[in-house]
Amino acid sequence: MTDKDRPILETRSLGKRFSIGTRFSAEGKRTVHAVDNVSLTVWRGETVGLVGESGCGKSTLARCLVRLHDISDGELLFEGEDITSKSLSELRPLRRRLQMVFQDPSASLNPRRRVGDLVAEPLRIHSKLSSNEIKKRVAELFDLVGLLPDHVMRYPHEFSGGQRQRVGIARAIALNPDLVVLDEPVSALDVSVQAQIVNLLADLQEKLNLTYIFIAHDLSVVRQVSTRIAVMYLGSIVEEGPAEEVFATPAHPYSQALISAVPVVETTPSGTRKRIILTGDVPSPLKPPSGCRFHPRCPIAAERCRSERPQLREYRPGRKVACHFPTV
Amino acid sequence: MILSVRDLRVSFRTNDGLVRAIDGVSFDLEESEILGVVGESGSGKTVSLLAVMGLITDPNADIEGSIRYKGRELVGLPARELRRLRGNEIAMIFQDPMTALTPVYTVGWQIAEQIRAHRNISKSKAMDRVEELLAEVNFPNPHEAMSRYPHQLSGGMRQRAVIAMALSCNPALLVADEPTTALDVTVQAGILDLVRKLRATHKSAVVFITHDMGVVSELADRVMVMYAGRVVERGSRAELFSDPRHPYTRALLGSIPPLTGEKPRRLPAIPGSPPSLLRLPQGCAFGPRCPVHYEPCATGKPDLGGGTHAAACFRVAQA
Repeated sequence: MTDKDRPILETRSLGKRFSIGTRFSAEGKRTVHAVDNVSLTVWRGETVGLVGESGCGKSTLARCLVRLHDISDGELLFEGEDITSKSLSELRPLRRRLQMVFQDPSASLNPRRRVGDLVAEPLRIHSKLSSNEIKKRVAELFDLVGLLPDHVMRYPHEFSGGQRQRVGIARAIALNPDLVVLDEPVSALDVSVQAQIVNLLADLQEKLNLTYIFIAHDLSVVRQVSTRIAVMYLGSIVEEGPAEEVFATPAHPYSQALISAVPVVETTPSGTRKRIILTGDVPSPLKPPSGCRFHPRCPIAAERCRSERPQLREYRPGRKVACHFPTV
Repeated sequence: MILSVRDLRVSFRTNDGLVRAIDGVSFDLEESEILGVVGESGSGKTVSLLAVMGLITDPNADIEGSIRYKGRELVGLPARELRRLRGNEIAMIFQDPMTALTPVYTVGWQIAEQIRAHRNISKSKAMDRVEELLAEVNFPNPHEAMSRYPHQLSGGMRQRAVIAMALSCNPALLVADEPTTALDVTVQAGILDLVRKLRATHKSAVVFITHDMGVVSELADRVMVMYAGRVVERGSRAELFSDPRHPYTRALLGSIPPLTGEKPRRLPAIPGSPPSLLRLPQGCAFGPRCPVHYEPCATGKPDLGGGTHAAACFRVAQA
């Protein structure tokens, strides 16, 4: 497989700006850098987890990666081909290979259509299958995601949250995509159902040779599914590396604080884990701090951090960090 | 004893039939104790606490059983009497701080209003107290925050404002319904710290509802696990987490991916999904999803029984 040596998706200094307000509003027209200078490489067959607090730009980045947002700066490459500024009609053939699963399955499924119909829709649009072949394929997909054959005639509201998410997944994999972007696919589900969906995603990845980009705010779920993770803060990646390594030895002070804040079930008396509590809130991306964007909340910030912005650099094969004083 | 709930039953008459949201829940709460209530959606954790607060006003709801606050029966208490307790001696923190605050008044005004509803003090005195409270819940600049509107605050700050409001009258009992679910983990850590600190300074008893086992294990003194309207296991934190007995508790703990150590290839998942309260299975509600169910589970409903650490399961009773 030569595919292994070629990244399936690559971003080069990718940025997304939104302008808000008008020149008549109190503060005038302003620009938000939701995603700023992100260079990320995704290899075939891996799962890249994106983590960070709400508002850090992880969902915006995900939407840029499948071109649901137009890209403001930098480049986006799919299998080496520049797709940064392709028109919608040029993108169409690519859509079947780049799919997305959304957080809230009750919002992403049309309530007035039967779920069999919803799963068949991408097949009708992108494939040349006859209606009988489509029926067969839908039955196959239902079986693959663990739904019963007679479920095709039901409406989304007749399902539980977990089953609805299975429908969302069936629809995303209907066209045999190469890359699936999963934006918080288990966050809206009950705890006892989350594990089922996490397992289903792992099974499908193995069977269909899928590449995932997985976004979640639940760090233990991200660790479970990801081979590599990227930690984002205020629109930029601050740390990147193999999932288990980053969790065991986070190098960036923000990753350290984030991981230490996760409440874990401890059977031994508490107090073994040291918690780093961050002061203040995530600053507004409208007025990002100077220098390192994390410095106002950073426990080890020094003078240099206030003026000079650290670049994401590789300090060890596979491990990258954007910090002047990383723990390495 | 601050709170004593005995055999609480709440049911709702709906077009589709009778929904038993709570089916015989009993628990006690001592002064400055934190009780963690864990369960999934539909397990009845919120409804049972709304019943304690007297906030179930649906004419189609039936509430049976006994809820005693400091020895005084709350079930059937006139609305006027309840209102004197609520917000004063018993306070509540809701999941979404944006809906718990009114968007059209400043945060300071809202907290002062609550104080003045229960205490006979002047407006300026109340405002001084608000500033103290906001400082107590770690607002970096309490005086400035008083004149802010809820939308001008971040989610974490809003939840802190709601907590300040709940604390304004020094409640003996604080009920928190998933107060950190809408927040980021870094912000959640701060709020949990705050709850611990307040328990120590105000001696309030706290009932903390959550679906997150990690949060419970860090915060609670005692834990109650709910499933389909019933308590399936209760015990001290140490008992419950080092020796979980009910198959549901065990399965729930097992299905959480670990944050350290080796990653399992597959997570031990619980099959199926929580049952609809309209169509509860015969016998034990967890039976159809239970890995160790056997004949008695299909017909009888297991009782929780006595003792500090107890599980409502025939297998456990048998062992």
